[in-house]
Amino acid sequence: MPWTRMLADGYANGALPGADSTQRMLTYSQALREAQAMAMAADPNVIVMGEGVDDPGGIFGSTLGLHTEFGPDRCFDLPIAENASTGMALGAAVAGLRPIYVHMRMDFMLMGMDQLVNHVAKWRYMTNGAQKAPLVIRALIGRGWGSAAQHSQSLQGMFMQVPGLKIVMPVTPMDAKGLLLSAIADDGPVLCVEHRWLYSRQGHTPEEMYFVPLGKGAVLRPGRDVTICALSQMVCEALAAAEELAAEGIEAEVLDMRSVKPLDEDLLLESVSRTGRLVVADTGNVMAGWSAEVAALVHEKAFDQLRGPVQRIGLPDIPTPASCVLEDAFYPGKEDIKAGVHRLLARDMAPNRKTGGIHG
Amino acid sequence: MTASDTSAASLEHLREHGFALLERMILIRQFESRVQALYAEQEMRTPVHLCIGQEAVPSAVCSCLRDADHIFSSHRCHGHYMAKGGDLNRLAAELYCRSEGCSGGKGGSMHIVDVERGVCGTTAIVGGSVPIALGAGLASSLRRDGGVSVAFFGDGASEEGTFHESLNIAALKTLPVIFVQENNLYATSSHVRNRQAYDGGASLARGYGMPACRIDGNDAVAVHQAALEAVARARRGEGPSFIECLTYRWMDHVGAGDGLEKGYRSREEWDDWVRRCPVKALEERIVEAGVADSGQIAAVYERVNGRVDEAFAFGKASPWPGAMTLSENV
Repeated sequence: MPWTRMLADGYANGALPGADSTQRMLTYSQALREAQAMAMAADPNVIVMGEGVDDPGGIFGSTLGLHTEFGPDRCFDLPIAENASTGMALGAAVAGLRPIYVHMRMDFMLMGMDQLVNHVAKWRYMTNGAQKAPLVIRALIGRGWGSAAQHSQSLQGMFMQVPGLKIVMPVTPMDAKGLLLSAIADDGPVLCVEHRWLYSRQGHTPEEMYFVPLGKGAVLRPGRDVTICALSQMVCEALAAAEELAAEGIEAEVLDMRSVKPLDEDLLLESVSRTGRLVVADTGNVMAGWSAEVAALVHEKAFDQLRGPVQRIGLPDIPTPASCVLEDAFYPGKEDIKAGVHRLLARDMAPNRKTGGIHG
Repeated sequence: MTASDTSAASLEHLREHGFALLERMILIRQFESRVQALYAEQEMRTPVHLCIGQEAVPSAVCSCLRDADHIFSSHRCHGHYMAKGGDLNRLAAELYCRSEGCSGGKGGSMHIVDVERGVCGTTAIVGGSVPIALGAGLASSLRRDGGVSVAFFGDGASEEGTFHESLNIAALKTLPVIFVQENNLYATSSHVRNRQAYDGGASLARGYGMPACRIDGNDAVAVHQAALEAVARARRGEGPSFIECLTYRWMDHVGAGDGLEKGYRSREEWDDWVRRCPVKALEERIVEAGVADSGQIAAVYERVNGRVDEAFAFGKASPWPGAMTLSENV
């Protein structure tokens, strides 16, 4: 069994919220595959391309057999040429196709930065909407098994800096299907970042075609004491942390933000206005990352509601190490999230400080 | 084929296509010259990369294409846009960065578009147009619509990684793409011999298994012949071709001057290329071959100048984009 499956399957024990064995269940990778197959069946312009998309593993099952079902013209392998392939996806989109370009590792996307950042993200704006760029880039992230510095990066924060790109990070199989379908249907470029540890997780996935809106998060667990706003696999860590916090009498609200960009500001600010406390948990780097943006936003727009400083849980400003001992020290998890919650509760301040203070 | 056969074929080609080619070239020359003349007013507030001296390549290549064929170009893109039939008024308005510009004032000189004419967009990143053209070729190939996609780029592009990646993909997937390299010898002020260990893009393209030629890019008839062959091959589904055109820009890399004062190229070299003016050369051949007389050519200039007058009047009079449009089409 490949190591990636071992790790991911080992992680997949906990069922996701909403899972109910009487309902139709799919794994995350099956849900991704179903989304693409449905889009390809519905629209002859949808194509899937990428290194290894037609190989026997089918990108951990997520493109499995699409090349036989829809033909090698519509699901095909590519040379190891990420920059030109990204440009080709753009040109195909400009000419009316809806390409889905898959990167087995997000790290490889960096080879296509020029086309992605300078061209894909800007083509629509530079032509004032005369041309659209309806393409999806799927990028897999992961962790563990000594993957080390170049096979583990979670770079959504970097791409947030680029106007014109939308970014989604589905957690549940239901959202994997619905968000990917929305991404394919969108007229702008969308980056879909998928955590390998979620691939084997099962969840209820409706059979029909449905669309989960881009830019909308979801409350996975309601709570009144603290908001934990998380992305991707860190949502699972947040749920586990919330479960344990409940045993201590702390009711944590867990938000699965689902879209990195556009960010669901309304959901976030509404939750923080009730709890007054925010812990942000990201799979990426803390330094100038998604958690920094969320923290800044909440300080700008909900400062008066905060009972303490926003706690950020993410990766340190260090490349990923290989040794499992170092990995354990490197990656945050539910314990870090719980610690963030405890820090907030320990130094609790009264909200609504504008009525107090030295002039109050 | 003997030399006399070649020249006979060329003469026949000249008779059939020469005048139409000349009309396109005169349009580009007159439009670009007007930009040059008016640029000092500082009302076109966008960096212009003029193609005066290089008119033969866009004219000859685009005259082999249909509206539905796609072209992608670089920062030096005005000629390609005009040769493909792009709207002249909207081009002028874009140079003034106005609301009726082809890109609504968001693109400027380096990002122009005319979807109806297949001008799909232009990029100011060297080598950027090359892979994007593959995608339009891929779409045509998938739909089997006989469409052709053309990437226009300069000599600097073959130094970029995208060039090599793209030629490989195009050949591998037998895409209907034509790579047109305008080798004008300079990237900004760096001579090609200081940048390339090889002898031009065509020499590399052969290594990727596609037909490639290096021709006189100031000979519109020669470029037209090469482009016709490449387009026919692409339409037959036989894959990509590469045409390297040796040419020269009379103006500096950017702006309305010739840049001779900078000293990166000599007056002698510049004079030599100006003597080899592609427009004058074609006019002389046309008159010599009896295709048209100088009066007919003068009439073309008169007609074109009228169109250019109109385009710049339109551009200057076009309203500025509303600030509200800033966040549209992100």
